[in-house]
Amino acid sequence: MEMKELSSESIKLCYQIPGNDFTIAGEASSNVKKMLTQLGVNPDIIKKTSIAMYEAELNAVIHANGGVAEVEIDSNRIIIKIKDEGPGIPDIQLAMQEGYSTASDTIREMGFGAGMGLPNIKRYSDKLEIDTKPGKGTMVTIEVNCQLP
Amino acid sequence: MKARNIIEILDAEVITEGQDLEIDVTTACGSDLMSDVMAYAGDKEILLTGLVNPQVIRTAEMMDIKVVIFVRAKKPGEYIINMAKDKGIILLTTKYHMFVACGKLFSEGITGGDERIE
Repeated sequence: MEMKELSSESIKLCYQIPGNDFTIAGEASSNVKKMLTQLGVNPDIIKKTSIAMYEAELNAVIHANGGVAEVEIDSNRIIIKIKDEGPGIPDIQLAMQEGYSTASDTIREMGFGAGMGLPNIKRYSDKLEIDTKPGKGTMVTIEVNCQLP
Repeated sequence: MKARNIIEILDAEVITEGQDLEIDVTTACGSDLMSDVMAYAGDKEILLTGLVNPQVIRTAEMMDIKVVIFVRAKKPGEYIINMAKDKGIILLTTKYHMFVACGKLFSEGITGGDERIE
């Protein structure tokens, strides 16, 4: 599901991220990539934004039975919020370490869960905030600087 | 080289018929771990992998990868094939193992782009 709100100052998009459906996981990130391409954003910026959002979207699918993605694109930055009501992250420092993962073997067999997700998100974001409450959920906010043409 | 040249070098079969095989390709990466592919976002036009699932196509999409080569004779199902066609990604399959397939492309001039972790 996509909701779009256009104003003169920014574009707002909202997507439901279905849980535990690894087949369609990534659909929200794919749509955002298309939108950024249509807007004529620099390809390197599109790539880093897409990868960061895709990894965060997959995290919501893998760890939290899905969630919601809210994207705001204004004239100088892209803000992506991925919210879930999953188990939360008990130790963020540990979760940020490359190689640390709590994903299941099934997820690993799909080529993920190698403990690169959060480090990759950080690598490609200009700003990353993780607000997490154990037992309640997590909100990952990714900001990427960009000048719209 | 052109994408078409890969077919000869790897004795590969085209899975996604009807796509433009005259596109230029110069760089590649080989991995079964999609998060590792995405950790190094430098220019990569070809992905060699033994992993077959929809997230391989998603990863290729996010990374602007133009050609995915399934090694060890792996072949995806209809869903993955249609997904790749929709995104304009060429899918090939080769009977060579990962190491040999990478080596053959490398020896014909395909590079790894950013070749080392700095």
